[in-house]
Amino acid sequence: MTKPNLPTSISLWRKIVDKLMTILVIVAVVLAVIPLIFILGDVFIRGGAAINIGFLTHLPTAPNVAGGGIANALVGSFTMVGLAALISIPIGVGAGIFFSEWSTSQLSTVSSFMNDVLTGFPSMVLGLFIFIVIVLTTKQFSGFAGGVALSLVMIPIIARTTSESLKLVPTTLREASMALGIPRWKTVLRVVISTGKNGLLTGILLAVARATGETAPLLLTAATSEHFATSLFQPTASLTILIYNYGTSPYSSWQTQAWGAALVLILIMLALNLTVKLTIGRNLTGTRMEM
Amino acid sequence: MQSRLLRGDTILKILLAAAALFIIGLLVALAVELYLGASASIYKFGPAFLIGSKWIPNENILGALPFIYGTLLTSAIAIIIGLPISLGVAIFISEKLKSHQTFGYLLGTVVDLLAAVPSVIYGLWGILILIPLLRDYVERPLHNSLGFIPLFSGTPYGFNFFTAGIILAVMIIPTISAVSRDVLNAVPNSQREAMYSLGATEWEVTQRSVLPYARSGIFGAFVLGLGRAVGETMAVTMVIGNIPAITANLFSPGYTLSSLIANEFGESSGLYESAIIEIGLILFLVALLINVFARFLLWRMTRGTQVKV
Repeated sequence: MTKPNLPTSISLWRKIVDKLMTILVIVAVVLAVIPLIFILGDVFIRGGAAINIGFLTHLPTAPNVAGGGIANALVGSFTMVGLAALISIPIGVGAGIFFSEWSTSQLSTVSSFMNDVLTGFPSMVLGLFIFIVIVLTTKQFSGFAGGVALSLVMIPIIARTTSESLKLVPTTLREASMALGIPRWKTVLRVVISTGKNGLLTGILLAVARATGETAPLLLTAATSEHFATSLFQPTASLTILIYNYGTSPYSSWQTQAWGAALVLILIMLALNLTVKLTIGRNLTGTRMEM
Repeated sequence: MQSRLLRGDTILKILLAAAALFIIGLLVALAVELYLGASASIYKFGPAFLIGSKWIPNENILGALPFIYGTLLTSAIAIIIGLPISLGVAIFISEKLKSHQTFGYLLGTVVDLLAAVPSVIYGLWGILILIPLLRDYVERPLHNSLGFIPLFSGTPYGFNFFTAGIILAVMIIPTISAVSRDVLNAVPNSQREAMYSLGATEWEVTQRSVLPYARSGIFGAFVLGLGRAVGETMAVTMVIGNIPAITANLFSPGYTLSSLIANEFGESSGLYESAIIEIGLILFLVALLINVFARFLLWRMTRGTQVKV
């Protein structure tokens, strides 16, 4: 839309207000972007100084003892996010297909509304829920409970992205397939899903990124540990809890390591998000990073 | 042959419907489990729990008011600072950059990146970088010059409502601006053209024809941002000081619903544990109310167009 030239008779006051608002809007953009630059800058500078091979491969040490690392936290995070993905992908993708392919059914309307509500839910509440259901029952903090808590964070994201991307698959493709006498279930699995698979992958990657960055659901479920977890049923360390514990500690060596761990975490998040944004998610309208 | 095909359809539908049912079941189970866990506390304190202003676990004097107050105050600060900035960003991307799609996309990506930063990293940055900066360059000058106003009367040490509100403002900007941007983009161009044809300036078009049209959607975005601020745990827990307090003084340490759960669980048992679960139940109900309301507003505004959060 091209903007028409304003009549020359327009009052000075209206011109001033117009310019003033343009300036205010630009100030708002600057104010929104500045924190990002500061946060990323601090994490890269301070974190970069803390990272070396030993940092990634060693176990944590006591405060102010040199040589401590985050190896067990890295392994713990990957294990729990992996478990969460195993649980959440079938449920999330299944529900997403149902929302898009049976969109007229009552169950679909109600469930997809609740799914949207869950997306904005405080993750602390999800952690508390899993604490009551699993930790109190098994009487211990565990990587298993942590993984289940993270899966609850992932399910709504995967379900929504799946249904949005499958809704973009043209109806004519479904009709063409059905016209060939292919049953509906095969049409859904072979035609609809394979056409919309980029969207599915996007949703899964975004959900993985979100789960990797979650702290609150792990506090009451996986807790933390200074050792490698040898089973799913013992307290398990994670990157985010380590950043929380070290960042709030009074020891400068731990604070430095918190910056290092923050850099590792942010690199993982950026890699996942930018992969989505620049490649597979590019042509999908309306997909965006999740937090 | 016919029946075998139908069986495939039925099996798939049942499997997928089970996944959809799971989501409904999850929300119901959340409510039930939290209620059962909180029942001892609900039975003991009744509705007085909501207005009790003292939190002394050793003597079983437990009231939720300081935490409700902390959550409301920090969210209010976040909204007052974050909402105008978010609206500015949304207007810039959807109105000013209408003819520069690529730049708008890039700027949108940058703001979205703020949303991808994990909250514990906001907390780390808040506790180690932002707190000393705010304390020395914002809070102390405000206290010294405007200390006679109750809002700024306390001696600032950095861990307080004000810092928590600022961090929350930064965190809700991506949410509100992304949703408002989508809502503004959904306003039909004929609205703008009609206004331009009457000789309006760019701002007058935005102010009188675009914003009113998008009103309920923007309100939905605002409520969604409020939901995020209310539920946020880690960043707030790390900077608010975690001392229950009800005071107009922004430079006083405080406590919120979610940071109480994060801090004091695990060490608790019996009635104390039940009271913390009741705090969780309050948080659940507030989040439910806010999110249902926001979704309803967005749904009404954008029937037929694509807006997602």
